[in-house]
Amino acid sequence: MSKQNRRSFLKAVGIGAAAATTATYAPFAIGGSSKKVVVVGGGMGGAVAAKYIRMMDKTVEVTLIEANKNYFTCFGSNEVLSGERTMDSIKFGYDGLKGHGVNVVIDKVIDIDARGRRVKTASGRSFNYDRCIVSPGVSFRYDKIDGYDETVANTKIAHAWKAGPQTAMLRDQVKSMKQGGTVIIAPPANPFRCPPGPYERASQIAHFLKEHNPTGKILILDDKEKFSKFGLFTAGWKKHYGYGTDNSMIEWVKGSAGGKIESVDVAGMTLSGEVDDYQGDVINIIPAQKAGHIAHVAGLTNASGWCPIKGDTFESTIHKNIHVIGDAAIQSPLPKSGYAANSEGKVCAAAIVAMLNGDKIPDPSYVNTCYSVIAPGDGISVAMVYNFKDGKINKVKGSGGLTPSKFDAKMRAREQQNGYSWFDNITNDTFG
Amino acid sequence: MRDTIIKSTLLAATLAFGSSAFAAPSGQMLGYTCAGCHGTNGASTGNAIPSIAGLSETYMIDTMNAYKSGDKSSTIMGRIAKGYSEENIEEIATFFAEQEVHKNTNQSFDSAKANSGQALHEKYCDKCHTEGGTVADDDAGQLSGNAKLYTQYSLADFHDGSRDMEKKMAKKMKRMLKKDSDAFDKLINYYTSGQ
Repeated sequence: MSKQNRRSFLKAVGIGAAAATTATYAPFAIGGSSKKVVVVGGGMGGAVAAKYIRMMDKTVEVTLIEANKNYFTCFGSNEVLSGERTMDSIKFGYDGLKGHGVNVVIDKVIDIDARGRRVKTASGRSFNYDRCIVSPGVSFRYDKIDGYDETVANTKIAHAWKAGPQTAMLRDQVKSMKQGGTVIIAPPANPFRCPPGPYERASQIAHFLKEHNPTGKILILDDKEKFSKFGLFTAGWKKHYGYGTDNSMIEWVKGSAGGKIESVDVAGMTLSGEVDDYQGDVINIIPAQKAGHIAHVAGLTNASGWCPIKGDTFESTIHKNIHVIGDAAIQSPLPKSGYAANSEGKVCAAAIVAMLNGDKIPDPSYVNTCYSVIAPGDGISVAMVYNFKDGKINKVKGSGGLTPSKFDAKMRAREQQNGYSWFDNITNDTFG
Repeated sequence: MRDTIIKSTLLAATLAFGSSAFAAPSGQMLGYTCAGCHGTNGASTGNAIPSIAGLSETYMIDTMNAYKSGDKSSTIMGRIAKGYSEENIEEIATFFAEQEVHKNTNQSFDSAKANSGQALHEKYCDKCHTEGGTVADDDAGQLSGNAKLYTQYSLADFHDGSRDMEKKMAKKMKRMLKKDSDAFDKLINYYTSGQ
């Protein structure tokens, strides 16, 4: 499939090349000494990389191509589900990037010609580059659960793992659920975007139910045996939502205890595991994941479904001159998080500026910080500092870690507020 | 002898991995990683995480070391500061000292309290925190226009002893609170006003 796309695109490029000089839409001259970067995807990685290249070197022409006019952040979207945040508060546009001199194009990239160094869009335009940054986020492995596909996701059983209309759909379903009903959340196997996300989601929905539907329940049917911030979440659920008692609002079933889901009966709103069937009033399936679609089309993925890269430049180890950042990249030990994408975008931007100017590639440094809100006044975090040594990304020994497990009300309240400042600053750093 | 072995090992590492074996990220590279929480170039738009743009090098180095050792209590900064060497911290300090001080003017405040706060500031604080604490030369933290909740947290921590302060500051704070038990609230409103 992707090979065929590649061939037909190469053919199209071959035909188009002769006409390119006269085509009015061609934004840049072919050849010449100018420095051109095309960024594919305007999420947390792509947008910040585009902005920071312009901040570091105004002589680089940066074009960012993004399919949607607005971006909804995934972080913060769980609070939209509980009503603690509005949808508007997680919605961002691209005027800020334009202010930095980034050429923002709202269009869908349909192929990347690595040899011809050209990006092709759905509307028929093509963009030449010296360096291309691909930041496509994730796509879903719909084949892992029988009966679940994109149509079901858009009509009845939301994934809500890309924020926006999906978030609104799940929020409205939870809001209108009958009293005493059950919300099922089915998180995927690793690796996936935002490891603590499903469990913050359970917390936020529990917070909503506690106020509006106190006999309602949340059942988490997990593919895994453990999850991110496990001790902090389960202790928080005990404190706020009766976890572990007969009256618990949240029940978590690990993979080996029957949490692994094999199929869904959409009409019957029933999930089937290896042993048991589970019926829900609202179901949220968070499907297993792989790199975003365009990464597969462009041949940037390996057998894992993710994109192998060099950790100091994020250049693909498959295609030269193409860099992959964010969730789509194999960037472990960095997690698939918004903050990691921000950090990767800047390391990649600095490397590209150096490469375009014939300078030495700078020594990288990376950080991840991630906040989750268990209940109002109870925020938790995880952090880590990373370096690049011996040809790979490493955690800096002794740094980072979790919020202390011993509950301290003053510090937890501050962590929640710090999480909100984090939100303000990372979104402004990316889109402002 | 031992030195020689270490040197030759390092030489081999250099040959194998180029300069990456001696990773020494620049102040800019390090500083850029702070921006997700503290704002682009350290100019925070949030009301709990402080701006760090334009802080003096001395203040930044002292603060990072205090976080690192645990002398200054924190939610998350202790965990992050432990990831940096002395050299890294110096680079970070130099980078942020070069940035312009940022005042967040999008925070709400009470004008009457801010006016009273100004009088308190001039009487008890201004000697060390000149011009609302926006001058790097005095090696003190930024007060005017900084994140409102951060200022509130800091005052509370100084007051209850969870953060150390210099003797002269403790003395002045005690005298101020004796005269006016609402002094913190007034000062917070004054600093938040960004005047």
